[in-house]
Amino acid sequence: MTRTVQPTRRGAGMTGAAWTVLAWLAGLLFFLPVAWMVLTGFKREVDAASNPPSWFFTPVLDGYRQVFDRDITPYLLNSVMASVLSTLLVLVLATPAAYALSIRPVERWRDALFFFISTKMLPLVAALLPIYLLVQDLGMLDNVWTLIVLYTAMNLPLAVWMMRSFLLEVPAALIEAAAMDGADLLVTIRRILLPIVAPGLAATALICFIFSWNEFFFAVNLTATRAGTSPIFLVGFITSEGLFLARLCAAATIVSLPVVLAGWIAQKQLVRGLSMGAVK
Amino acid sequence: MPRTRSPRRWTGPLAVALAVGLVSTACSGAGGGSSDDGSAITVLMVGNPQMEDLAKVTADNFTKDTGIEVRFTILPENELRDRVTQDVATQGGQYDVATIGAYEAPIWAQNGWLHELSSYADADTGYDRGDLLEPMVASLSGTDGKLYAAPFYGESSFLMYNRELFDAEGLTMPERPTWQQVAQFAEQLDDDAAGVSGICLRGLPGWGELFAPLTTVVNTFGGTWFEQDWTPKVNAPEFAEATKFYVDLLREHGQPGAPQSGFTECLNTFGQGKAAMWYDATSAAGTLEDPDASTVAGKVGYAYAPVDETDSSGWLWAWALAMPKTTKNADSAWKFISWATGKEYEKLVGSSLGWSRVPAGKRQSTYEIAEYRQSAEAFADITLKSIQEADPVSPGVQPRPALGVQFVGIPEFADLGTKVSQEVSAAIAGQTTVEQALADGQRLAEEAASNHR
Repeated sequence: MTRTVQPTRRGAGMTGAAWTVLAWLAGLLFFLPVAWMVLTGFKREVDAASNPPSWFFTPVLDGYRQVFDRDITPYLLNSVMASVLSTLLVLVLATPAAYALSIRPVERWRDALFFFISTKMLPLVAALLPIYLLVQDLGMLDNVWTLIVLYTAMNLPLAVWMMRSFLLEVPAALIEAAAMDGADLLVTIRRILLPIVAPGLAATALICFIFSWNEFFFAVNLTATRAGTSPIFLVGFITSEGLFLARLCAAATIVSLPVVLAGWIAQKQLVRGLSMGAVK
Repeated sequence: MPRTRSPRRWTGPLAVALAVGLVSTACSGAGGGSSDDGSAITVLMVGNPQMEDLAKVTADNFTKDTGIEVRFTILPENELRDRVTQDVATQGGQYDVATIGAYEAPIWAQNGWLHELSSYADADTGYDRGDLLEPMVASLSGTDGKLYAAPFYGESSFLMYNRELFDAEGLTMPERPTWQQVAQFAEQLDDDAAGVSGICLRGLPGWGELFAPLTTVVNTFGGTWFEQDWTPKVNAPEFAEATKFYVDLLREHGQPGAPQSGFTECLNTFGQGKAAMWYDATSAAGTLEDPDASTVAGKVGYAYAPVDETDSSGWLWAWALAMPKTTKNADSAWKFISWATGKEYEKLVGSSLGWSRVPAGKRQSTYEIAEYRQSAEAFADITLKSIQEADPVSPGVQPRPALGVQFVGIPEFADLGTKVSQEVSAAIAGQTTVEQALADGQRLAEEAASNHR
């Protein structure tokens, strides 16, 4: 099976240990802001604002109480809807496109590929005004479907590129063998391709999900009161009068949970998926 | 064998995700936004504690009585400003009510972004417009004399001092101190060994941070940002003298870390008994007198904003409710504004949430409510008088071209004030001189003035 333990190629000894320590340090360094956020969420506002910051304190739930005092549910539902549906749409659209750019490449596939990614080169802010006016003309302001369409469009190029590199991993001989055995396209996809690229699919889905979940710029500009997503809910805790760090961190912790959960569920697939393109 | 197992590994979670998506689709149809028939309105506001209280009590009171559903969106100030601007400019009509500050009100009115409220306020018999404090009305009116935003709560500035520290040294604070007296007290009470600084003042960059107190000092020292014909006066002797005084006072007897101290930091410093005096917003008093949040509760004395050449020098600020011009529910929106800024609302908050949480500082009648007077005994009268004495039209010794005590009511001021404050803050840190800071400030002020001449 594929689940073989990676041999310790760098071997034991000093170098190996040094790399391990370094990797852990880097990991902890990246995790530190997250840990600090979670910790701060349990502080009293006065402690959260103290300078120098304190590591030791009596945890309280005041921040969380304030977060739940405001109604978080509609924001979470909007976020779930925008992220999940746009991610599904992206996968449904990107996978066939990637297939046509890798396994059965269309003519001038290289141009098509760059055409896809070139749409990511336009700064978002440059697109805002025309998009805003268009959406307004369509009467679709403050509508979560607008966000679904936009997030799909934003993540599609990335997903096409990712899925293409995963599909390239599938050995051509395998597909030929399936054809020899009389498998038609659907069977080949279902039985041969999907099992192999499933980890890649999971990785792509997770990245699209995270990007849509955290998107703030379009969400704040195109929604008003009905379609606001969780990042909009978050910034509402920032105020110029009074302390807000603890409750903001509490809200941020809650809003991060679904992403952490999604990552945790997909963990096994992810590790393989994310390193897939790397090990040729 | 593994062929059949593998696909299910990912179709499972996918099916769950799809189900969640569909369920949430079904749910999201629930809440209604702004309607055109006035049965629901949308309110865009900042997340200040008083606004949160408003959101908390609306459903059980306003909606219950009128049947008008209110949907709140809370955003930080900058995002709120962008949203309203965008909505009005594109005739979006997504918001029926928005919270705005005293700085924006006249500017937005001038730009034609706001619905006038005078006709509503006059026709609404229960509203009692005459009860609103005059300086509040003045600062929220347009050049046409009409009211464009209804004050929700307001503040001035005053000097707070630690009575224990003053008594220990046998010092007495006059009711109306001069800045020279304050500087002297600061010198006498500055006690590095005990970790107590003579005075706490804002040093944090920002037009609404450092320059709120500093502009009032400039005003009373005879300076101004602009003369009436828009001649910039930032490097004039009066402006320089006031700034030097402020910077020197802070460097010699101010709190540690002054260049990073804003309202919040000073509230902590003074509230923990680590400063003998603090010149800042009257709204700080509520927190200072709360034993849970401060160690000096019951020991704070209050004096009028220190002066030099003028008789008074307190600033004036209000958070107000305004209607964007594009609202399609003006009548319902006014009903909400009238309720939220009316007399009964203050009593409702006082009796249900606590009298220290009343959005005060806008109505004369607030200061006649017995329960409120009792809760705000130490500072109610001086707050009211400070607000009444503040003059947003002419806060200094010379006529001004625009409204505002601690700011200049032009769109360019936010940027101008913030840039100059960064240099003054650097001067407090000892990284530049006041002369250099103000020379640069004069140049920036020239640019801002050129749009208005």
